[in-house]
Amino acid sequence: MTVRTGNVSETQRVIGRGQTSGKIDDVVNTPVLVGPAKTPLWWWIGLMISLGFLSMYLISIVVLITTGTGVWGNNIPVAWGMPIINFVWWIGIGHAGTLISAALLLFRQPWRTSINRFAEAMTIFAVVNAGLYPILHLGRPWVFYWLLPYPNTHGLFPQFRSPLDWDLFAIGTYASVSVLFWYIGLIPDLATLRDRSNSKFQQFLYAILSLGWNGSARAWQRYQRAYLLLAAISFPLVLSVHSTIAMDFAVSQLPGWNNTVMPPYFVAGAVFAGFAMVLILAIPLRKAFGLEKLITMRHLDNSAKLMLATGMIVVYGYLVELFDAWYSGVEFERFMAYNRVLGADHWWAFWLLIACNFVAIQPLWLRSVRQNPMALFIISIIVSIGMWLERFVIISITLTKDFLPSSWGDYVTTFWDWALYLGTFGLFATLFLLFIRLLPSIATAEMKELVHHDAHHVSDPFEQIRLDHYGKEARP
Amino acid sequence: MSDTHAAQAVTDVPDARLYGLAAEFDEVEALEAAADAAREAGYQAMDAYTPYPVEGLDERLGVRPTRLGWIVLIAGIVGALLGFFMQWYANVLFYPLNIGGKPLNSWPNFIVITFEITVLLSAFTAGLYMIGRNGLPRLYHPIFNAPNFSAASRDRFFLCIETRDAQFDRAATLNFLEAQQPIRVSEVER
Repeated sequence: MTVRTGNVSETQRVIGRGQTSGKIDDVVNTPVLVGPAKTPLWWWIGLMISLGFLSMYLISIVVLITTGTGVWGNNIPVAWGMPIINFVWWIGIGHAGTLISAALLLFRQPWRTSINRFAEAMTIFAVVNAGLYPILHLGRPWVFYWLLPYPNTHGLFPQFRSPLDWDLFAIGTYASVSVLFWYIGLIPDLATLRDRSNSKFQQFLYAILSLGWNGSARAWQRYQRAYLLLAAISFPLVLSVHSTIAMDFAVSQLPGWNNTVMPPYFVAGAVFAGFAMVLILAIPLRKAFGLEKLITMRHLDNSAKLMLATGMIVVYGYLVELFDAWYSGVEFERFMAYNRVLGADHWWAFWLLIACNFVAIQPLWLRSVRQNPMALFIISIIVSIGMWLERFVIISITLTKDFLPSSWGDYVTTFWDWALYLGTFGLFATLFLLFIRLLPSIATAEMKELVHHDAHHVSDPFEQIRLDHYGKEARP
Repeated sequence: MSDTHAAQAVTDVPDARLYGLAAEFDEVEALEAAADAAREAGYQAMDAYTPYPVEGLDERLGVRPTRLGWIVLIAGIVGALLGFFMQWYANVLFYPLNIGGKPLNSWPNFIVITFEITVLLSAFTAGLYMIGRNGLPRLYHPIFNAPNFSAASRDRFFLCIETRDAQFDRAATLNFLEAQQPIRVSEVER
């Protein structure tokens, strides 16, 4: 085995060389603390475009509520259609944020530190979009609280045996715990912003938001224990959320849905889509704010590796679905599989899905591709499209042709389906732009801890192993 | 941030108004050494203020381990029991209804919601207990009167020995802290 030298180990670094606590503060907090006049032009342009799409979102909701779900293309037999496809798509995207912040913290991966904050923000905004879809899909969204167990004059409880009610609990818990986790992580950084504020207004705002945090050793002790426990609690939570969504399908008896592979395969798909979105957001963000020394090639490389690994699990899921259909010997399952792959109506969707989720990620085996931001950005967009197609294939192909040919039907989307879907991007982008403008997009307190650690030890266990084996000369 | 930003240390705080003496360090190792020395000298009512969590600093200062983990465990168990009870009560006692021939207490169906409520309760207990026991939200704390304390959230480390300590003596404690080679020692007004 040859020792890799030169710029290879430079790109292995979790943070660039020569960082100090003060430098991290300056680079992360300056874009947040500058006055409105110094807000970059691209931010205003981005906000205007996002607000445009957000208006489309609001108009679509008004049209939907005043007219009824008939404005959408979903009808019997395809009652789920775009609203549920988009719901599953958005919630899947959210999962990478929690995985980065919780799972990688528990696994002591130091590279998570500079991407966890904005990935968690991404989670929350994606869950907002996802959570609104099933509510709008109810048809009478104003009575969504009937899903909650509350004392009522109907004398009824919701149906606790139904996965659709499990969904409510899973997503409700996921949304609130994600917000809590994010906010707890923000408290010390908000205190830093308070201490660096340039104006009375900023000082007041960040002082209130930071709750009066003073960074005492006692406070840090409880803080760290709470943060660790929140991570330990969030990790199984994130696995449960997409498993529950998968059970919406798996517990039903429809061909192509009633399959035990669904929960793990949905979770892998969620992480896959989520890391794609992390890259879509991280690559422009590090460029725009000059964060290349904090979000390094190492982060892009590792995210790409995780994307490749979970992508291959998803591809395995596609194969298992087809194998199961054949092996079950059930006529309807076999027909569904045939219809999915070669059926006249939607064969293109399946093959496009394979192109996006299997073929397009193969270049990620190469280090040069994983360390090329442009290539990663493009692959991530393709993966996002692929994951949308996956949900489209699962939902509409099963529903259009299930058991009785007399009840078969087609699914055609409408203008309002797409207007609402594109509108969700407006909501997501608006929230994200406000987030990067008003809050630190990198967890500065954690980064300072990492800088301290990096100065005294090697920040990466793998780098430590390499040093132990090859000695210092392996580094440039 | 350099020293030029820092206000001069206030030296004429009357005894009754004095919260403690704060030493400012620019290296975490210096703070750790000072914390060790203060503990050896017998000080107990003291706290350190750092921009990031410093591993083992709580032990150096003699802070007892937090009970947060046990509280969260109890909250989780209560959440699990409550979550399951809610579903069992609704389906077995309150409105028994035959759904698909399942037994009334079809417990496997109740696991997901039980789990989610366990998570919800334990997570919020962890977060809110941490905030509450840390005395947050808090509008005023004397330590913010220490000169240059705003750097404690950036790259400076503070050790404050408080007047309520049995051993606190204005002159002796000042000497002790100055012997730890800080950037400065300042009086903190209550």
